[in-house]
Amino acid sequence: MAQAIAFYFIAACILGFAVLVVSTKDTVHSVLFLVMDFLFVAALYVLLGAEFLAAIQVLVYAGGIVVLYLFVVMLVNLKRPPEAHSDPHRRTMLGFLLAAAVLVEVGAIAVYGHSQPAMVPVPGAAMPVTGNTAQIGWLLYTSYLIPFEIASMLLLVAMIGAIVLAKREL
Amino acid sequence: MIDTLVIPLLKIVIVLNATLVSVTYMVLLERKVIAWAQSRLGPMRVGPYGILQPVADAVKLMIKEDITPVRADRWVFTIAPIISMVPALIVYAVIPFGPEVKLFGRQVTLYITDINVGLLYIVSVASVGVYGIILAGYASNSKYPLLASLRASAQLISYEVAVTLTLVSVIMMAGSLSMVSIVRAQQSSHMWYAFVQPLAFLIFFIGGLAETNRAPFDLPEAEQELTGGFHTEYSGMRFALFFLAEYANMIVVSSVATTLFLGGWLRPFPNVAFLSFLDFIPSWTWFLVKSFVFLYIFIWVRATLPRYRYDQLMRLGWKVLIPLAIANLVVTGIIKVMLL
Amino acid sequence: MPITTTHYILLSAALFTIGVVGVMVRRNIIIIFMSIELILNAVNINLIAFSQQLQNGIGQVFAIFVIAVAAAEAAVGLGIILAFYRNKETVNIDEMNVMRS
Repeated sequence: MAQAIAFYFIAACILGFAVLVVSTKDTVHSVLFLVMDFLFVAALYVLLGAEFLAAIQVLVYAGGIVVLYLFVVMLVNLKRPPEAHSDPHRRTMLGFLLAAAVLVEVGAIAVYGHSQPAMVPVPGAAMPVTGNTAQIGWLLYTSYLIPFEIASMLLLVAMIGAIVLAKREL
Repeated sequence: MIDTLVIPLLKIVIVLNATLVSVTYMVLLERKVIAWAQSRLGPMRVGPYGILQPVADAVKLMIKEDITPVRADRWVFTIAPIISMVPALIVYAVIPFGPEVKLFGRQVTLYITDINVGLLYIVSVASVGVYGIILAGYASNSKYPLLASLRASAQLISYEVAVTLTLVSVIMMAGSLSMVSIVRAQQSSHMWYAFVQPLAFLIFFIGGLAETNRAPFDLPEAEQELTGGFHTEYSGMRFALFFLAEYANMIVVSSVATTLFLGGWLRPFPNVAFLSFLDFIPSWTWFLVKSFVFLYIFIWVRATLPRYRYDQLMRLGWKVLIPLAIANLVVTGIIKVMLL
Repeated sequence: MPITTTHYILLSAALFTIGVVGVMVRRNIIIIFMSIELILNAVNINLIAFSQQLQNGIGQVFAIFVIAVAAAEAAVGLGIILAFYRNKETVNIDEMNVMRS
């Protein structure tokens, strides 16, 4: 019961803040709603028993990526409202229609999947550790070691790329 | 019922109140210590030796007019002080003040909770605190606060990297992210981590000074160039919230340093039986004494050292502390794998 | 009614759709980037819900990779926005049409 209440409250907050993110005029307010959204997604992860992911979500998303967004919004100090100019060929209604189609499609798949027999838990390779954090660490450094290294390379390349792009002259 | 609801709520109330009271008295302590360092008396009028000064300050700040600049972003201007205060307070949920003790015939733990990602929780909550500073500068719609907040947030983000890297080497030593387990690991390894990881301890301390915007890294509040920092446009209780958040962050840094490097609630030399007569002192006293020593050093440093220049500050962070922290991490890893 | 994986999937579908609306309807490129972050979060909710249902940590490991890629994407994307803004003084994607003949 308590879990259901928590789920519905967190879900309502996630969706509400997400709507505010895409609908607010002021970009800085939009960034703030994004932070709130990420914090509630972290709460949802706690509800799902993934506390390590929740901490990473707050640390990387709320504490890192969104700060980056905020810096860019403050640097891009606009003299005129960003949405003043509109392409005459733009079809906003079509965008809403396509999004509705996506929702119907994904929702239909979810509902269809619900009627199917539930997947049985397939325990992966036996792990010598217990606890959420230890299990993730074990998986990352055994079965998924190469993807992990590739991800770190990707981050390094992205870091260098961002510096090259943002610096006026090297 | 009592164990799941009443006792945790009582603990939360006690910890929050103790924090807020000690924050206000930190301000008085700082004024007194700096006054003594400069052969002055400090506040003397309110109460004997000025010990009621925080009360007078609180009353003064509450009855002051609360001004919102006309061109300010009203909502963001209001929530910015709250955002900077809340992370500093909720960190205390995982800080262990002591082990389990028997209190009125009931086993009570002297910490609010012990989650298995405790240290990660502290780092991630602390990383949210930077929003308060950025938003205060942005919402004031005024050039000095904006400059100060850009400085402050750049400084915070830079030093957070070094501090987090030192925390990783502590995690490697303890093999756990839980604060209580880290203290217990120091007990079983017969050594405070300050002696095992002196470099990490030093980097953590310097980074802590920088992250709380304390002297000698108090550039965001450099009066001579920025008229007072990111809270220039704030007045009354909202200004007080920023002020209190800074001191609450100092207390957080010293509590975390005590837990990670100085053995938390353990008495000195916890495994030397010869000193076991010290056990009559309750464990939380050791925690408070160690944290207090830290806070005193914070003030001492402020009274002693001149302020850094901005480029020197950034150079120290990126070219000295971060490489040292990485080297420390690598050496820790090698030693841990080879020798233990 | 107990909370099942389907609930999480429906929540994630709704969040995904809101992100898609943001990408398609808004013209401020920073908001479009934020909508992409919402979409990535929707994906992560799915991954972690399945990780919980299947009782293994593989979904969570995958979510970590998604977060890493999102960080890389944000860094490079915002770099491009800044570089573009320096040349054109705009963040409106309707004006980013120099490749149109």
